[in-house]
Amino acid sequence: MISPIFLVEAALNGVLLAGVLALLALGLNLIFGVLDIVWIAYVDLVAVCMYAVYFLVTAYGWPLVAAGVAAVGLGVLLGIAVHILIISPIITSPPVNQLLATGGLLFFIQSFLTFLWTTDHRSIRLNLPIIEVGGMFVPFTRLLAFGIAILAVLGLYLFLTRTYMGTAIRAVSQDREAMRLMGADPQRVYVVTSAVGGAMAGVAAALLIIQYPVHPYFGAAFGPLTFMICVLGGLGNMVGAFVASFILSEVISVGGVMLSTEMGYVVAFVLFIALMFVRPGGILARRE
Amino acid sequence: MTPPRVLTALLLLVIAAVPLVPMGGMRQYVLHVLVQIFIWSFIAGAWSLMGRFRLVSLGHGAFLGIGAYTATLLWNFFGLTPWVGGLAAVAAAVAVAFVIGYPCYRLRVVGHYFVLVTLAVGEVVRLLIIAERGWTGGSLGLTLRPAPAQASLLAMQFADKRVFYYASIALWLGGLYIWRRLDRSMARSALEAIGEDETAAASVGIDVTRFKLGVTALSAALTAAGGVLYAQYITYVSPETLSGIGVSLRIVFAAVLGGMYSLLGPTVGTALTIALSEYLRVTFGIRLIGMAETIYGLALILFIIFLPAGVYGGLSEWMLRRASARPPGGSVGGRAQQSLTK
Repeated sequence: MISPIFLVEAALNGVLLAGVLALLALGLNLIFGVLDIVWIAYVDLVAVCMYAVYFLVTAYGWPLVAAGVAAVGLGVLLGIAVHILIISPIITSPPVNQLLATGGLLFFIQSFLTFLWTTDHRSIRLNLPIIEVGGMFVPFTRLLAFGIAILAVLGLYLFLTRTYMGTAIRAVSQDREAMRLMGADPQRVYVVTSAVGGAMAGVAAALLIIQYPVHPYFGAAFGPLTFMICVLGGLGNMVGAFVASFILSEVISVGGVMLSTEMGYVVAFVLFIALMFVRPGGILARRE
Repeated sequence: MTPPRVLTALLLLVIAAVPLVPMGGMRQYVLHVLVQIFIWSFIAGAWSLMGRFRLVSLGHGAFLGIGAYTATLLWNFFGLTPWVGGLAAVAAAVAVAFVIGYPCYRLRVVGHYFVLVTLAVGEVVRLLIIAERGWTGGSLGLTLRPAPAQASLLAMQFADKRVFYYASIALWLGGLYIWRRLDRSMARSALEAIGEDETAAASVGIDVTRFKLGVTALSAALTAAGGVLYAQYITYVSPETLSGIGVSLRIVFAAVLGGMYSLLGPTVGTALTIALSEYLRVTFGIRLIGMAETIYGLALILFIIFLPAGVYGGLSEWMLRRASARPPGGSVGGRAQQSLTK
C-alpha cells in the first residue's frame, strides 16, 4: 500500500508539471490555433533554445536572466525562419505536406543537435532552496517556472485582447478568408504569430533548463504530450490548455506513483483519446 | 500484349533475377537493402490506402508494433508458428483498428484531431511495450528465439536472404494487387466523396462510418502483416524501431514523397528514402555521428517543398501534360492532380 503522503506529493508534483506543460503548450497553441498548421517540431525548437541558454550560462558565464532574454530573441528568430522558409512556400499544400515539412525539421534538429553536442544530457545546476511543506518537498525552481508560466499566459492574453495586432490574430483564427476581404494582410499576421510563438518557446526554454537536462531527444519526450494538451484544451483556447495540462499531468504524476512511470503516461494518453471522443472540440468547448 | 504489359513483365523479370547476378561480396548487402525496400514499400502502400482519402494516420507504428510483437511473443513463449501467429497478429491489429476507428468515425473526429488521436495510439502501444518489460524486454527489445534448421519453414526463419527476398516481393505484389482492387472498386468513389465532404457523402446515402472503418481495418491488417515479416527477417523487435513516432513519420514520408495517389508512388518514395539514408549511412559511417540523419531531414524538407505531389506523382503529372495532345487515357496522375488542386 502506498502511503498517502506520497500520493499528495505526487499530486503536488503534478500541479508543477502542469505549469511546465502549459508553458510548452502556450506558443504551440497560438500557432496551431491561428495558422491551423501542426508544427510537429515545436518542442524541438524549445530544445534548441535550451541549448542556447545552457551554453551562454556555462561557457560564456552570462547571468541566467540575460541568457533567458537571449533565448526569447532566438525563439523569435527561429519562429520567423520556420514560417518564412518552410511554411509559407507550402501554405496552400494539403495539411499532410505541412505536417511532414515540420516533421523533416524534427529529424533535422534532433540529429543536428546530436552531431554538434552528442547525446549527453546537459543541465544547469541552480542552487535554489527546496521548500518543505508538511513533510513534502517542493523545489523552488518548479514554483518559479509555474509562476512565470501563469504570467506568460496573462501577458499573451493581454496581447491578444488589448492590441491591434492581437485582435487581427484572433480575427484570422476565426475566419481567414474574411480577413483578406477586410484588407488585412494575412501573411503579416502569420509572421507575427510565428514570432510570438517562437518567443514563447524561448520563455519555456529558459524555465525548463533549470529543471530538466536538455538532450537532442528532448522534443521527442515532450512533443506528443504538448500537442495533446493543445487539442484537449481546444485549439487557441489558452484557459482550456491550462485545464488540460492539469488533468494530464495529474494523471501522469499520480498514475506514475501508483503504477509505473510508463503506465502513468499510458493512462494519460488513453484518457486523451477517450476525451477526444466525448468532447471533440476541447474540454471547455460549448456543446453545439 | 500492350507495351505497358511488356514493360511490367520485363521489370518483374529483372527484379526476380537480381539474386542471380554475380555481385561478389556485395550480394548480401544489396539483397538486404532490397528486402527492406520491398517490406517498407508494402507498409507505406498500406498507409496510403487510408492516407489518400485524407485519413492521415501518424499511428501506424502501433499496428506495426502489434503485428511484430504478437507474432514474436507467441513464437518465443508458446512456440506457435509465425504462420498462425501472424494471423493472430493481423487479427489483433484489426481489433485495435476497430476499437479506435469506430468511435473516431462515429463521433466525427477528423483532420488534425484524427492525426493526434492516432499519434496517441502509437504512443500508447510504444509505452505499453516498454512498461510490460517482464516479457517484452522493454526498451531493450526482444530477439526472436532461433529455430533448429529442420524447423526452418515452420518457424519462418531462413538463413538464406534470397528466401526473404522473394517473400518480400510476394508480399509487395500482394499489396499492389489490393491497392489496384480498391482503386477500381466502388469503395474508392465512396471514400473519395467522404474525403471531400462527409456530410454531403452521407446525404447521398454513403455509409460514412462503414467505409472509413473498412479501409482502416484493411490498412491496419496489411501494416501488421508487414510488421510480422519484418520481425521474422530482422529477428529482433524493439519499441523504438517499430512503434516510435519516428517510424510512423518515416512511413508517411515515403508515401507522400513518392506520391500517395498512385500505385507505385509509395514504392518509389520508400526506395528513395531508404536509398538516401543507406547512402548517407555508408558515406559517413561512424565518423560525424548524426550528420547522415541531419542531411536526411534537410532533404525531406526540400522534397516536400519542391515536389508537393511527390516524385512519382509529379513525374506522371508531367508525362500526362506531355501526352495531353493525344486522347486521354484516364491515368492515375490526372486524378492526383485533380484532388491536389482542390
